[in-house]
Amino acid sequence: MTVAIIDYGVGNLTSVVNAFTAVGAEFVVVSSSSELAGHDGLVLPGVGAFAMGMANLAERGLVEPIRREVLRGTPFLGFCLGLQLLAESSEEYGQHPGLGLIKGVVRPLRPDPALRLRLPHIGWNDVTLVQPHGAFRGMGDSACFYFVHSFALEPLDSDIVAGTCDYGGSFVAAIQTRNITATQFHPEKSHKAGLQILKNWLGGPC
Amino acid sequence: MLKKRLIPVLLLQGGMLVRSQDFSMHQIIGNPVHEVDRFNEWNVDELIYLDISRHDDYGTGRHDAKVTLFEGCLDIIKRVSKSCFMPLTWGGRIRTVTAAAEFFKNGADKIAINSQAFRTPELITEIATRYGNQAVVVCIDAKRTAKGDHEVYIDGGRTPTGLRPADWARKIEGCGAGEILLQSIDRDGTGRGYDTELIAVVADNCTLPVVALGGAGRFEDYAKAINAGAAAVAAANIWHFKELADRAGKRAMARAGIDVRL
Repeated sequence: MTVAIIDYGVGNLTSVVNAFTAVGAEFVVVSSSSELAGHDGLVLPGVGAFAMGMANLAERGLVEPIRREVLRGTPFLGFCLGLQLLAESSEEYGQHPGLGLIKGVVRPLRPDPALRLRLPHIGWNDVTLVQPHGAFRGMGDSACFYFVHSFALEPLDSDIVAGTCDYGGSFVAAIQTRNITATQFHPEKSHKAGLQILKNWLGGPC
Repeated sequence: MLKKRLIPVLLLQGGMLVRSQDFSMHQIIGNPVHEVDRFNEWNVDELIYLDISRHDDYGTGRHDAKVTLFEGCLDIIKRVSKSCFMPLTWGGRIRTVTAAAEFFKNGADKIAINSQAFRTPELITEIATRYGNQAVVVCIDAKRTAKGDHEVYIDGGRTPTGLRPADWARKIEGCGAGEILLQSIDRDGTGRGYDTELIAVVADNCTLPVVALGGAGRFEDYAKAINAGAAAVAAANIWHFKELADRAGKRAMARAGIDVRL
């Protein structure tokens, strides 16, 4: 399986490349629309603000090509910003449209004020895994991953949720539906558990 | 819930790994690039590399005398980050945003600053604005005073500042840092346990996560530091001199009721 990792100028691409290298993936890094088609999978990483992420994708003419590939059934893996951008819209710093590939909205985390938890949510936290197949196979019903974020996806359809996490309240940590897999946490910073997700995803749906 | 973290600190001097005592005695224990796979195998939560070199020399067997210490450091972090799949912090001699940018570009998730943050606190804000608050760690090195409280030192523990750690921590928080790496100069290399009073006084006076460092000698020391208010425990020497320090360390924390990633 040869996958294309999308470089759209947000976040540390090197960490992502290092992780895919470490798991023995065949991959290329792409940053323009002409390079997007013809791969066995697409990876959308990213760190930062939603609006900037969408603006960077638009600037590179990547919005429609990504939508086309995903709607066509090309396996897609997104993480952190790459999960959030799938939504119809986000409430981060105003109201911004996303790729619209998943019905739902990105909203701020709202931890229980009585717990006095800081935002962003940064660090290692347990994810309850509810879809023990595909990218999450063989990982048991819970695993610990590394998070850095202040917003989370609220999908309309709860059946697509593959993992939840608790930070003063439950939020969606991962989704898996049809050809789309996406995580709020950073697999490339989540040590062995993170690399396992990448290996599983590269191994194809199961 | 969010886990408490266990973090090895790897001290570098002239490009080599060293152990430290009282901020003054440094003994070479290895080559950081040769050791990195071992560190990455450990079930720890992050890695911190601190370059405590004082001179711009690089006598590590590099044949090219033109390689500066800075370039040498960038080379180390580039190689380390190729196989480090957990958050990686680099600190030591970072004096400008430009220098910080180079470390981020070469694989650091966070950078740690100390003396320069004290001299020009706006550096904290500049780096945080560009890379996010979570990317900036400010180190506080503190020593006990004759009066029994603590004083902040900079320049590798050589220059007293007259400032109390709690006051400096509050200022650091106001400048936009994401985390404090709090080191006890007195406990450094002693294995006598963390200075829990120091940890408590800082943790009680600012809301930033405090990473405690200095004095870990037994795995039981970790829980005491967490219970004093630390969000994470860091240690430097213990990794090189104790077997299975990662597993045993985390198990000791778990046994003491601390929520850690196992």
